[in-house]
Amino acid sequence: MPAHAFFFYIFSLIAIVSAIMVTASKNTVHSVFFLILDFISISCLFILIGAEFLGMIMLIVYVGAVAVLFLFVVMMLNVAQQKNQWFGAASGSKHVPVGMIVSLIIFFELLIVIGGWKLKPDLTNDFINLSTSRVTNTHSIGNVLYTDYIHLFQLSGMILLVAMIGAIVLTFRQRSGLKRQSYISQISREKNDGVELVNVKNKAGVKIDV
Amino acid sequence: MEYLSILFSETYKILFLLLPVLVSVAMIVWLDRRIWAFVQKRKGPNVVGPFGLLQSLADALKYIFKEIIIPASSNKIIFILAPVVTMTLALVAWVVIPFSEDFVLADINVGILYIFAISSLGVYGIIMGGWASNSKYPFLGSIRSAAQMVSYEVSIGVIIINVLLCVGSLNLSDIVLAQEKIWFVVPLFPMFVIFFISALAETNRPPFDLPEAEAELVSGYQTEYSGMMYAMFWLGEYANILLMCALGSILFLGGWLSPLDIFPFTIIPDPLWLIIKILFLFVLFALVKAIVPRYRYDQLMRLGWKVFLPISLIWVVLTSGYLMYFDLLPKN
Repeated sequence: MPAHAFFFYIFSLIAIVSAIMVTASKNTVHSVFFLILDFISISCLFILIGAEFLGMIMLIVYVGAVAVLFLFVVMMLNVAQQKNQWFGAASGSKHVPVGMIVSLIIFFELLIVIGGWKLKPDLTNDFINLSTSRVTNTHSIGNVLYTDYIHLFQLSGMILLVAMIGAIVLTFRQRSGLKRQSYISQISREKNDGVELVNVKNKAGVKIDV
Repeated sequence: MEYLSILFSETYKILFLLLPVLVSVAMIVWLDRRIWAFVQKRKGPNVVGPFGLLQSLADALKYIFKEIIIPASSNKIIFILAPVVTMTLALVAWVVIPFSEDFVLADINVGILYIFAISSLGVYGIIMGGWASNSKYPFLGSIRSAAQMVSYEVSIGVIIINVLLCVGSLNLSDIVLAQEKIWFVVPLFPMFVIFFISALAETNRPPFDLPEAEAELVSGYQTEYSGMMYAMFWLGEYANILLMCALGSILFLGGWLSPLDIFPFTIIPDPLWLIIKILFLFVLFALVKAIVPRYRYDQLMRLGWKVFLPISLIWVVLTSGYLMYFDLLPKN
């Protein structure tokens, strides 16, 4: 289908260009916006190959939640200034070689993983079954995820939970002398606890303990 | 040639959907102001046209002829893009809304996820507008708004899971057809209430209109906008409200289905039933705006995370347990 191919090339072009722009643009907020554009075009690619569930989840999770938090951090902290201090200095910064080494390691890891990838032997048969059967891919993902891979699924959930609790514990600090609002004590407060009638003697005044 | 004919027929359909949506957005603004006025014993807009019906058109005309002012220190591209994004996202979600069994523009498998994704993208119009204005009130407004929308999306998502457990499909038409015996508002009534309140917060409506709290933030992220760009924010906001009403009536009030399948109800065509339900929900939205005072920000966050999220999660457990025990889970 020519229309299909046309849209595929358009979306992949946008994805690649915006991925380059994420690293190339000077303004950090612009980088995050390009990252969002990248996410959106990749979810469009997912939808083009018929994985509509994955595409929508990608939009909801990455664009709707993760990238918003990214934007928050970038807007609140002055990341742009820091970036210029790190990489803008003329006398070669020491962060560049470290970054190069990390990215090289990641690149080789990806090469090894993808090179050693073993496909299921009857994969093409499965594809034909999928395209002819009327099962939607939401159902088929659920059928696999909650049967064959249930332990991995639960385990990854636990890891995320531990990470979340760890993040909360790290940033949590108990502040003393803070006045908190308690709905129950506010509602259960009555006239007798709050108001006291004092008879004041003339010219003697009254002393109230606080 | 074949592609061209497809293109033309689709464009025709899209126009047939979008023009009524835009006109009804204008009408709904009028309705909102009228209801608000009646609650406060005022008259509201009643001068332009019969009952003031043309007030929104007059306003739109005024906005078109006003000068668009772009602040000198703003980030111009993003500043102009922000209202466009808001408006486009608000309109683009309407393609999957089913008005009757065979009157839906795109009957996709994951319709409910699509609407959810589009409404979660809606944050960006506001963040972009607030950031690009390069001024403190819009920035504070947009940060508030983003935090608020992200928090309430969580509870809306969990509520949608409740409904999906009873339906067994992500398709909006299937969700409506699953309610032929009983509307989900009856078994899932607490979820309907929480959905309604979360929808108020999601669309930045009073009592959750903190992003544009005029007493403290001038007008939030819209402060620097003027003329047609301001009007586009405004249109997008009301189109979003209508969309949330439509989603509520599809998820809980049986979409296009009539309440009883007997004579006087069956005369009214299906799309009209959906419109009546949307209007009913919108009148509730407008009444809430007139009656309830604004929440404080920490109360808003507490409501979202400490009240709605636990209740809706517990309700998921209850619903799935009930369906499992009585063997009512939908099977495909």
